[in-house]
Amino acid sequence: MNLTLRVWRQKSPQEPGRIVDYPVTGIIPDMSFLEMLDVVNEGLIAKGEEPIAFDSDCREGICGTCSIVINGRAHGGQKGTTACQLHMRHFQDGQTITVEPWRAKAFPVLRDLVTDRGAFDRIIQAGGFVSVNTGGTPDANCLPIGKAESDLAMDAAACIGCGACVAACKNASAMLFVSAKVSHLSLLPQGEVEKDQRVMSMVTQMDKEGFGNCTVTGSCEAVCPKEISLDFIARLNREYGVSLLKGVQA
Amino acid sequence: MNLDSKIPSGPLAQKWDKHKFDLKLVNPANKRKFDVIVVGSGLAGASAAATMAELGYQVKCFCFQDSPRRAHSIAAQGGINAAKSYQNDGDSVYRLFYDTIKGGDFRAREANVYRLAQVSVNIIDQCVAQGVPFAREYGGLLSNRSFGGAQVSRTFYARGQTGQQLLLGAYQALSRQIGLGAVKMFPRTEMVDLVVVDGAAKGIVVRDLVTGELSTHAADAVVLATGGYGNVFFLSTNAKGCNVTATWRAYKKGAVFANPCYTQIHPTCIPVSGDHQSKLTLMSESLRNDGRVWVPKQKGDTRKPDQVPEAERDYFLERKYPSFGNLAPRDIASRAAKEVCDEGRGVGPGGLGVYLDFADAIKRLSEETVRERYGNLFDMYEKITGENAYRAPMRIYPAVHYTMGGTWVDYNLMSSLPGLFVIGEANFSDHGANRLGASALMQGLADGYFILPYTIGNYFATSKTAKVKADHPEFKKALESSQALAKRLLSINGKRTVTSFHRELGKIMWEKCGMARTKQSLTEALTLIPALRAEFWKNVKVTGENNSLNQDLEAAGRVADFLEFGELLCRDALTREESCGGHFRVEHQYPDGEAKRDDEHFAFVSAWEYQGPDKPPILNKEPLVYEEVHMSTRSYK
Repeated sequence: MNLTLRVWRQKSPQEPGRIVDYPVTGIIPDMSFLEMLDVVNEGLIAKGEEPIAFDSDCREGICGTCSIVINGRAHGGQKGTTACQLHMRHFQDGQTITVEPWRAKAFPVLRDLVTDRGAFDRIIQAGGFVSVNTGGTPDANCLPIGKAESDLAMDAAACIGCGACVAACKNASAMLFVSAKVSHLSLLPQGEVEKDQRVMSMVTQMDKEGFGNCTVTGSCEAVCPKEISLDFIARLNREYGVSLLKGVQA
Repeated sequence: MNLDSKIPSGPLAQKWDKHKFDLKLVNPANKRKFDVIVVGSGLAGASAAATMAELGYQVKCFCFQDSPRRAHSIAAQGGINAAKSYQNDGDSVYRLFYDTIKGGDFRAREANVYRLAQVSVNIIDQCVAQGVPFAREYGGLLSNRSFGGAQVSRTFYARGQTGQQLLLGAYQALSRQIGLGAVKMFPRTEMVDLVVVDGAAKGIVVRDLVTGELSTHAADAVVLATGGYGNVFFLSTNAKGCNVTATWRAYKKGAVFANPCYTQIHPTCIPVSGDHQSKLTLMSESLRNDGRVWVPKQKGDTRKPDQVPEAERDYFLERKYPSFGNLAPRDIASRAAKEVCDEGRGVGPGGLGVYLDFADAIKRLSEETVRERYGNLFDMYEKITGENAYRAPMRIYPAVHYTMGGTWVDYNLMSSLPGLFVIGEANFSDHGANRLGASALMQGLADGYFILPYTIGNYFATSKTAKVKADHPEFKKALESSQALAKRLLSINGKRTVTSFHRELGKIMWEKCGMARTKQSLTEALTLIPALRAEFWKNVKVTGENNSLNQDLEAAGRVADFLEFGELLCRDALTREESCGGHFRVEHQYPDGEAKRDDEHFAFVSAWEYQGPDKPPILNKEPLVYEEVHMSTRSYK
């Protein structure tokens, strides 16, 4: 396959970026999208040019590191697929492909396609946990949990924290990410104890980080590689309301 | 060097309790006076950092990923073992211990493995309390599945994402401590050197991967939780960033390296499809619970799998190992697959593949049930290969997956360098020559939650070394040598890319030191690797600058270390004149092709001691003494 890549190049957070065109030849349909970028980079290095910086690690769709917008769609728009699991067989020979980083105020570009998603970590640090220390915990089977609730908690817990939801949202809202963690923990009896405090602390931190508001367009759900459901945002809103009415402070 | 494993005396079952009592404690009010550095934020690193912070130590944690949640533990699929015996099928701490020792082909330390089995039960309790959504039965209790090398069901799981859920549990515990200010976290920061002062580990040099800035950090102890070295083979199931740099640079500072030749080749991975491939993908071992492994009986049979009648199929694992069948341990299943492919009966492109067939399971259980159990794995298979495994069998082939070798540690998880502790896959201690499925997660969390936090206190309470600050001359020296290394890599300006060297090294390793090793192939590798390394330092091209985000430079540093480490791995494999677990020397096998161990001459841990860049390392031997179990010939027939 031969392609034309239009890639966002930006040297540092301070400098302005721009789109640069690269002709690409000899791509095999069985390559993943990131392997195609590897090939482009090998060519650039051989010419003495700096390769395109992009984040990736596990390359099997679970670590959440890869984070690129392909033709305007976070992760490339294939249902339930991260960019690293997107294969070139889904593109056409001769196609022009635009590759950009996540775009959001809360995710500043560090270089080329690499962004800083530290805001997500800070939201978890604000309350996305169960406050138990190591040791002294009861037997794992002492508290039965219904399979349905447990499965639903797992659906929410499947979030990989990649940030595609933010990248896809016109308001760069982090509601799907936050709702997934809030729901995962409050659905389980171990996490329910702290649910009022948790939701308040996490939402407050989310706002502080500069993420936008949710208008429930569902674009986050559409691009989520783990297909996290919009229903969790409804759950988050309900929990937040209850917490607010109870007068819980962040 | 005198390697004292510090194994406590007394009966096996009481060693850990006795040892915990004998360990000196640090008074709660004094704990905040001790600084600890943890490098790595996977299961072992995150759990250790969180737990030590909870206890009151001052913790700094470093990871090269952009967030601690992305460490490669996240990719573990199948599950975590624990001797809970919830299934009423005869499991016990002793059985888990025995299965693990036997699975490791009697090349692990008895006392370490017993302790691992003991604390396994606490891990499950801890994870459930953190909100890890393990799979459950309709009655609300925890569900289990079976894994290779065991005849009981003791594996806890969260769909096909167990590693992810356990890591998120540890990450959340760590995040809580970061939020409380008890842990200072440094993401996108890579350790590039260890600082040793008066014979004890006192700090590290790190590179900020965003700005390129090098800095030093001092502490009273350094903990490496930096994972395995599978990427020395270039193609492996490891993440792209996994590397040997931290443990290798510690080795060069005096921490001896144990059993590097024990590498695990996992039987169920998606076969290599071409030269462009950047990594291989594992299909969880749990699939072997319901999938049946087969190849055609006829050589060169190119019929589609559904055209091959039942009578003309060879279910070779069930045939060769009737009592364990498709759940034979990984090393055995991998070798069996290689054997049938070598006979010319492999399937798919190049004949490098065997079928993993779910047709019977779908008939027996329904497609719906199979989807519920393994849906995400089938989806992943389809994304990569474009094939639907509900309709046609998967094609799988062995690939490098895990490394049992690592930095040598004693019973306290301390390396041969005082003050340097090594936990998780980065150490060597618990899996012998082969790790059983679902035991890596168990070991990572055992080390981090329940072992290191106790043993490190004893070091603080008894160590006589002085507190050192980062303005000590040794820090300046280490910083300068790290700067010089980066400068040197950037100044070579040769013709070949870093990746091309890595690929070539990987090819040498896989062909000469992969699933089957011979004296000749290893000797060849020991000539090829130094030659490739010499070329690297003359002809590599590293672009960009030191003072910015430069992924090419990061990779160059890691590959430079792999080029040295690969040689040690081959040297270890050449020295070990026996076959055991994942280390298969063609010269040492029984007539039926099974691995032939030599307990008389090789029942020891090989611990390699660095002697300088131009001198061969010294081999130290820690004898393996079995007080409780008899070193039998491993049989899964």
